[in-house]
Amino acid sequence: MRALVWHGTTDIRCDSVPDPEIEHPRDAIIKVTSCAICGSDLHLYDHFMPGMKSGDIMGHESMGEVVEVGAEAKGKLKVGDRVVIPFTIICGECDQCKRGNFSVCERTNRNGHIAAKAFGHATAGLFGYTHLTGGYPGGQAEYLRVPFADATHIKVPDGIPDEKLLFLSDIFPTGWQAAVQCDIQPTDTVAIWGAGPVGQMAIRSAILLGARQVVVIDRIPERLAMAEAGGAITINFDEESVVERLNELTNGKGPEKCIDAVGMEAHAAGTVDAMYDRVKQAAMMETDRPHVLREMAYVCRPAGTLSVPGVYGGLLDKIPFGAIMNKGLTIRTGQTHVNRWTDDLLRRIEEGQIDPSFVITHTVGLEEGPEMYKIFRDKQDGCVKVVLKP
Amino acid sequence: MRYETERTRRRGHADTATDTLARGLGIFSIALGIAEVVAPRALARALGMKGQEGLITGYGLREIATGIGILASKDPTPWIWGRVAGDGLDLATLATALERDNPNKRNVGIAMAAVAGVTALDVYCAQTLSRESPHPLPPLQDYSDRTGFPRGVEQARGAASDFEVPRDFRTPEALRPYTQPDLPQNPMPSM
Repeated sequence: MRALVWHGTTDIRCDSVPDPEIEHPRDAIIKVTSCAICGSDLHLYDHFMPGMKSGDIMGHESMGEVVEVGAEAKGKLKVGDRVVIPFTIICGECDQCKRGNFSVCERTNRNGHIAAKAFGHATAGLFGYTHLTGGYPGGQAEYLRVPFADATHIKVPDGIPDEKLLFLSDIFPTGWQAAVQCDIQPTDTVAIWGAGPVGQMAIRSAILLGARQVVVIDRIPERLAMAEAGGAITINFDEESVVERLNELTNGKGPEKCIDAVGMEAHAAGTVDAMYDRVKQAAMMETDRPHVLREMAYVCRPAGTLSVPGVYGGLLDKIPFGAIMNKGLTIRTGQTHVNRWTDDLLRRIEEGQIDPSFVITHTVGLEEGPEMYKIFRDKQDGCVKVVLKP
Repeated sequence: MRYETERTRRRGHADTATDTLARGLGIFSIALGIAEVVAPRALARALGMKGQEGLITGYGLREIATGIGILASKDPTPWIWGRVAGDGLDLATLATALERDNPNKRNVGIAMAAVAGVTALDVYCAQTLSRESPHPLPPLQDYSDRTGFPRGVEQARGAASDFEVPRDFRTPEALRPYTQPDLPQNPMPSM
């Protein structure tokens, strides 16, 4: 089959690789009908996340049709089922899964000992996202082996196009969880850093959950226009002071809830701390560039909440913990517990409350994937979200 | 990357980071030029170049003109290249002061190192501008109709109020305000 394969920094190719096979009775194989490039894939593309090996298949946002089912998954899946595959692999049986904390499933990360060394404890296995999370082949491919398939799937009905459903795999529940983590009240101003795909979903989620005002911070005109279309007030950080504008919008009090939909590769050209991060990262003295975290901690209203769906990988410098502690801020973060939210979100899609396909700007074949990584990374051609059709 | 925004002064030009660098070099150019025009004697003395005050004043005027050109022109590329040429001239002039009998030879060395550093920035900026300026910007995509809400934004506001935030995602009771502020009369400020 053809698949997008990681070969090194900014080197992803569309290669021919062996078809996946059932390796365990709980496995299933799906024929991928649609998959997407995620913003967090760019951390692998730029090789900021450790733990990739040449030959790894990329991708963790996929959906398709079940074509083969292992003996132990047959009670929950059958050939022909239409499924979206969540990016977190879950067993459904461990302590954390039973609590709904699927992204920290205790059993699916087959390299849990490596993750435990890095993070203290293992987290869930993820598709196509480094050997720290299990080294599972990803779904930017014609076929995908789904481990623990009896639990790791979202069944979706026929009659709704892939484009409306695909993002149940990651960015929609990720944006939703980011907003839910804020426990939004009708009086709240929610400020969202990053108008990429997760930021766009967080905006829509915050609107649906009834925030008084939603403010988004970015600098790409197309992304800001898309954010505004979704009901957000926009701040172009190249053109105005984020802190001043947020204070102006909140009578000097700051937003109650702040969402970091940027993560480890913040671009904030011109600020002293951003230049500092660039230098330290280049000298391998820092893994992440946490400009957004710093700004959120500074501008957030005392007793407010910082919600962090943006991906961070390692060690961050100069985090103003004095501000966080003295202002009594709450930090909520984590990979998304996808299956915890998807029944509810699928219903909202079916009822027409939201149509997540609004975010798709490019739809191409798998062979064009490597070029689309570059275009997406460089935010060229108005690229916000790329869907691949294997 | 290059984007046209409301504040972008010209189409078909470099990204804002390179623009910012070019502007910074323009301001630096004017500042240095003023110093050379205002205090040529002090500079000549510090560099052991007595008798060349007129030349230093001339160089100062050149710096000011280049700086104004960078800041005022629609396309600063040729002016930045002009700075690169000026840097070469400065380095050549300073090199003549590296004579054995110049007691301030050390100052000349420091000045040459500083000019070399600025030259590197000038070359980087000029090359980036030259690479990007000839290519017209692609047109902006129009996403202003991509609400994501089939029934419109206003209908969507609070549409998920039936959602019950799970207990472990709620603000702990002890951290909630004792009193909730009243809801605003107008849920959205004018935009």
